[in-house]
Amino acid sequence: MADPRIVIVGAGPAGTRAAETLVAAGLRPIVVNEAAASGGQIYRRQPPGFTRSAETLYGTEASRATAVHATFDGLVGKIEYRPETLAWNVQDGALHILHGVQASRLPFDALIIATGATDRVMPLPGWTLPGVYSLGASQIALKAQGCAIGRRVAFMGTGPLLYLVASQYVKAGAAVVAVLDTSPLSARLRALPLMAARPDVLLKGVGVMLRLRRAGVPIHLGITPVAIEGDGEVALLRATAANGTALEIACDAVGIGYHLRSETQLADLAGCTLAFDAASHQWLPVLDQDGRASVAGIYLAGDGGRILGADGAETAGKLAAYAALADLGRTVPDADIEKLRSSQRRMDRFRRGLAIAFPWPAHLAAALPDETLVCRCEAITAGELRHVATALDAPEVNRAKAFSRVGMGRCQGRYCGLAGAEIVAAARGVGVEQVGRLRGQAPVRPLPIAARVDGA
Amino acid sequence: MNEQAADVIIVGGGFMGAATAFFLRQRGRSVILLERGLIGQQASGVNFGNVRRQGRHICQLPLANRSRAIWGRLSELIGEDAEFLKTGHLRIGYRPEHIGMMEAYRDASDPYGLDLELISANQLRQRFPFLGPEAIVGSFAPHDGHANPRLAAPAFGRAARRAGATVVENAEVDTIDKVSTDFLVQTKDGRRFRAPAVQISAGAWGNRLSTRFGEPVPMIVKGPQMGVTEAVPYALTPVLGVSTKDKLEAIYLRQVTRGNIVFGGTGHGPADLDTIRARVDPAVTLHQFTQLTRFVPALAALRIIRVWSGIEGYMDDDVPVMGPSAKVPGLFYAFGFCGAGFQLGPGVGDVMAELIDTGHTSTPIEPFHISRFAAS
Amino acid sequence: MPTDGRFERLAELDRPAVPIEIDGKPVTARQGDTLLVAILTHVGSLRVSEFGDGPRAGFCLMGACQDCWVWTPDGERLQACGTPVQAGMRIVTRGAPWPILG
Repeated sequence: MADPRIVIVGAGPAGTRAAETLVAAGLRPIVVNEAAASGGQIYRRQPPGFTRSAETLYGTEASRATAVHATFDGLVGKIEYRPETLAWNVQDGALHILHGVQASRLPFDALIIATGATDRVMPLPGWTLPGVYSLGASQIALKAQGCAIGRRVAFMGTGPLLYLVASQYVKAGAAVVAVLDTSPLSARLRALPLMAARPDVLLKGVGVMLRLRRAGVPIHLGITPVAIEGDGEVALLRATAANGTALEIACDAVGIGYHLRSETQLADLAGCTLAFDAASHQWLPVLDQDGRASVAGIYLAGDGGRILGADGAETAGKLAAYAALADLGRTVPDADIEKLRSSQRRMDRFRRGLAIAFPWPAHLAAALPDETLVCRCEAITAGELRHVATALDAPEVNRAKAFSRVGMGRCQGRYCGLAGAEIVAAARGVGVEQVGRLRGQAPVRPLPIAARVDGA
Repeated sequence: MNEQAADVIIVGGGFMGAATAFFLRQRGRSVILLERGLIGQQASGVNFGNVRRQGRHICQLPLANRSRAIWGRLSELIGEDAEFLKTGHLRIGYRPEHIGMMEAYRDASDPYGLDLELISANQLRQRFPFLGPEAIVGSFAPHDGHANPRLAAPAFGRAARRAGATVVENAEVDTIDKVSTDFLVQTKDGRRFRAPAVQISAGAWGNRLSTRFGEPVPMIVKGPQMGVTEAVPYALTPVLGVSTKDKLEAIYLRQVTRGNIVFGGTGHGPADLDTIRARVDPAVTLHQFTQLTRFVPALAALRIIRVWSGIEGYMDDDVPVMGPSAKVPGLFYAFGFCGAGFQLGPGVGDVMAELIDTGHTSTPIEPFHISRFAAS
Repeated sequence: MPTDGRFERLAELDRPAVPIEIDGKPVTARQGDTLLVAILTHVGSLRVSEFGDGPRAGFCLMGACQDCWVWTPDGERLQACGTPVQAGMRIVTRGAPWPILG
């Protein structure tokens, strides 16, 4: 009997560990990677010819990152590897992929979706100005290109990444003019019991804060963003401090981000059920503890299913691979699986702590001035979205999209969807889970009209 | 138990139902419009948006003319224009047989004022330089155009409501019973409605309702295969299509003033009446790419950013179901528009309102009567 | 050497030169730059929004936001953050050369 065809989408830590687990079980999975190099985002690899050490690039995570890269490099001869290949749709047990302009179909017996996450952003006036980037982008510029996003950089948002990127910039010699966190100190204290689930991670976070303080970077907690201003580019960041004073930070770049947003589009297209997750305040695929989605044969691993961070992703990758193997009738090591599950439970406690320490400031959406652009792709304002939600009575986000165009652009709602839902909900006076989520539509990324079926 | 009564109950709040509700109010008739979801959410909201008379069966042209006149004064009538633009509609042909087809259609449609202009190969490229080399003939309809299907039906729904119609969304009809001269309609949430006249304009679900009254029709349910590109400079003004019997070449596209190019055609996908789901077949999308670049080679540089489908009802004679029931007095139908109902929407509403209000209509719709399916 | 660009090079400064053209002007990028970095180490923006809100310079750098699509003068589209810079690349940051006819 032929070996089962298992396809993995994503070559970050989750995809790498899933592939490793399947290869160890004697299989030859297909790994589809949108990028040219493995590693995903957090462990993004620098281009060939770059010289910085792993310590410089990944700091305290250097050995983990190096290990993930080395594992993947060692697997390449044992898997069917498809780099620079976009998975743009999934239907009827087949993944639809594109390499350059060659389109083809990969039927599968099991699909492990390890598509990771993007930053989650809350719009503010001026956020589309040249010079504003996500925290992830700020980190990629440094890690993968050796660049800072500007010469006087401010960082704003919340979450551990806010401090990590700022401290990486300081370490690299960039001028960091301020770090603005919307979460108050009290939130962090409240979350300590849950965050104590991972004392090592907690300590690393403290270390990061200390570096920033020692470098004299002003850190403001409990701020309210007001606006980013400038004439065609960033020149000033305005916010209100926790005590009510006005903050005006002269800068030429702002990195913004409020933790992460799972890339769930493929899972959605595969027909998997998503449910509103109160802790992370977004719609996530419904998964069992091993990553099985609601559709048989579909598994999710890593931040694309449940945001647990890079090491959580590695564990999730192994669990998803074991689940696929078990469901295909192969023997799996129960004791190891139990250990992995217990590790996931710890990481999940920590995740819930993070959400308490660094909450998504949903309330900011309702307060956005009407002229604020919400949908970057289509240039639609908060006011237009509110009008549609009230005067045109759109009760949920898909109707609101049909009337306002929010979510209709190239990014398919990645950067406007969550804030847009908060605005619609606030305008209608209902909880955000009442207004639903943007329905997934193919292609997962823009598809070239020049694409042709292989051989056609 | 509370019961709401009116002169007319309309079951189904797509374009046909919303427009009928509006025009009935213009005639002073009280009307209750019952829609299972939200107004214009199904086929009415996801179609191509073509406001065309060119290419229709000749028997539809009187209705299409009546409708076209209303499109031209939409703002004045309902306060919104649904982005209707009179851009003209160009159909091209690839083979000599298409020239004959176009000439025949021009002649047959001549009495109806479409003012079709046949264009030869060299003139085609002079007027429309973006066309690919395979186009050898064109037929241009100067009064046709396009509009935004996501906006049109909801605009009529709001206008109907402002005019005094009772528009009930999220109300799925459960039973319709004829009791003496009245119809008693009950929705799944237990609400009751009564009227001496009922219109079934439930789109692809219309057959399920007509069947309950002993009038089944041979309807097939299919999903249109739609897509849209990123926004690029506005260059393709007319709505574009191919005049052909070969379905695989039958691509259609239109550019909106914001710059995106909406397209569809060449195939259909499965649509499910119970789950209310329809899908785009990736193979159809990829095939559409070959026809898009054949039509407008410059499209090869662009990317599509979204695909979508919907649920449409097709009659196997390609003609809609419209007019009075052949069996039940007071019962009327307007459904099954074969994926070509958008342009007809305002006209259907106006005609059905006239028919229900007065008992007859000045626009010939006998070819659409449901009686054509009665067992002979 | 000071540049007018948006991004500041902090490391990996010693890399082979890659000549490209931005809006008709020859500039020098570095081997290993993405096209986005190649452009933004020389000028302040990649494109102008189609909908009137002004210049854009990308946002996510990971191929998700779709804000960094640029045009070549020949009408080709490139996603700047995901395209490695190559010698001879030409980019226009203003105007969209579409449709290219004939």
